[in-house]
Amino acid sequence: MTATVLDVRDVQKTFGAVTAAQDISVAVPEGAVYSLIGTNGAGKTTFVNMVTGYIKPDAGTINFGGRDIAGMAPRQITRMGIHRSFQIAQLCNELTVEENMLVAGAIHGNHRPSFLRNGHNAEARDRALATLERFNIAEHRNRLIPELSGGVKKLLDIAMAMAGKTSIMMLDEPTSGVAADEKFPIMDLVIGALRSEGVTVIFVEHDMDIVTRYSERVLAFYDGRIIADDTPDEVLSDADVRRYVTGAAA
Amino acid sequence: MTRSLTLSAAAAFVLLALGALVLPDWAMFLFAMALAKGLVCLGIVGMMRGGLVSFGQGLYYCLGAYTATLVANTFGVSDIFLLTVLSTGVCLAVGLAFGPLLASYRGIFFAMLSLALSMVLYGSLSKMSFIGGTDGLNIAAPTFLGWAPEGRALQTALYLYVAVMVVIAGTLMRIYFDSEQGLIALAARDNELRVEYLGASVRNVNTYSYVFGAVLGGIGGTIAVLALGHVDPEFAFWTTSGEFVFVAILAGYLSVPSVFVAAIILEMVRSFSNLYFPNTWQLALGIFLLIVIVVLPDGLGSLVRRRKGDAT
Repeated sequence: MTATVLDVRDVQKTFGAVTAAQDISVAVPEGAVYSLIGTNGAGKTTFVNMVTGYIKPDAGTINFGGRDIAGMAPRQITRMGIHRSFQIAQLCNELTVEENMLVAGAIHGNHRPSFLRNGHNAEARDRALATLERFNIAEHRNRLIPELSGGVKKLLDIAMAMAGKTSIMMLDEPTSGVAADEKFPIMDLVIGALRSEGVTVIFVEHDMDIVTRYSERVLAFYDGRIIADDTPDEVLSDADVRRYVTGAAA
Repeated sequence: MTRSLTLSAAAAFVLLALGALVLPDWAMFLFAMALAKGLVCLGIVGMMRGGLVSFGQGLYYCLGAYTATLVANTFGVSDIFLLTVLSTGVCLAVGLAFGPLLASYRGIFFAMLSLALSMVLYGSLSKMSFIGGTDGLNIAAPTFLGWAPEGRALQTALYLYVAVMVVIAGTLMRIYFDSEQGLIALAARDNELRVEYLGASVRNVNTYSYVFGAVLGGIGGTIAVLALGHVDPEFAFWTTSGEFVFVAILAGYLSVPSVFVAAIILEMVRSFSNLYFPNTWQLALGIFLLIVIVVLPDGLGSLVRRRKGDAT
């Protein structure tokens, strides 16, 4: 039996009169690939933001690595092994692709970032290049971020998040803003890389073809609640999910 | 330290040392003051690389100067090395106390808080008549490990001392800028969210650069007061801090030598405009800065360090 890597219990979050999370409970097994679906405002990103420390839940616990991480700072949670990418890729626009990777490598390296060791040292550059090659974006290494396509930005965002030791990777809409013909190749690359390292993946997605193809389990959100938690086939055929999420006829 | 950096540091020192042979007394004084102020500005440039601009660097400039003066006048210490170490130590301690507090703020809030601290020092010193009040204090000429030069020899020794300090500080800051921490600071300037979600503390990054700025401010203030022979609360006044920001903007954050070039340019423009247009020299200075901002938005440093895959 696979151990639970992330155990979320009775998490609540409200923003004024709006309930963004209501009694959210989910246990994610190690190495699983979960997708989060739901309409805009259903609570998917709020869930990701609470797990990664961007917002603090009003109540409930989020257990990871034997600790309740609810309310911890993002950098503490990241250091523990929960990494994330963003709906809008969060990159350093004034730096090149390689330098963005060097920053990630300097922070996630085997030692604390140094005041003396050159940030562009050969070993760090080799490591950065290896990661970029793994994500098929090495050819862009000397380009600045504004010169890149949406797909390359997404891949770099994920590659940076993966620079450290990762237990759980949370991907917020990994294919949004990506050209239609790039979506599946990007997901093949990303999910393949994460699976090969045994990383647990939780991704937010609106494209049901991607949800069906890549996830083992789906959490359907509606109005701040989880209305279905099962395999993709079961969830996508659920009457409530068809009514409130996918919009298909019941 | 790379071979090219060692060679650059050696070349910079030789170039500056040559100045001691060829510069007339007035110019040597002007250069020594410009370089001392350049050290303070280098601290601001360090903060600029992390996205912060301090409008209160006069705090450390003044603190360094007053510490050196009070130690010299109270305990009879005249050795320039000892005075520099002591005043820098005081600035380091104050920087460590205020750094973590200020590092939580960004943009205009950081700028105004740093300015407020320097104005508190200005106001306090102005009211303390037992240390000179608004008249300030005088300090005797320094000695150099027991050697007490006078006249041109004193000017030369002071100039060479500041030249050594500039080369050491410039080299160390270049190493920091190129380091892993320096790279993280550049990233924090660009996207704090990404840096935090990579696992680094932007607050720590800003604290480091603030403390480095405090140390450099202390060294600059010590050298300035020893060159001038006098300190008063104006060292902490907002116009003094504004001059430092002026130089930092003129230099930009890409290059270390450009900071000292900018500081020398400012002193030259100020001296000559003051001479030829005594009533309107600030206007000349303002027009000069406007031209630099329009033509070189990244400062003088962008002339020699144009970015082509090289962020630093």
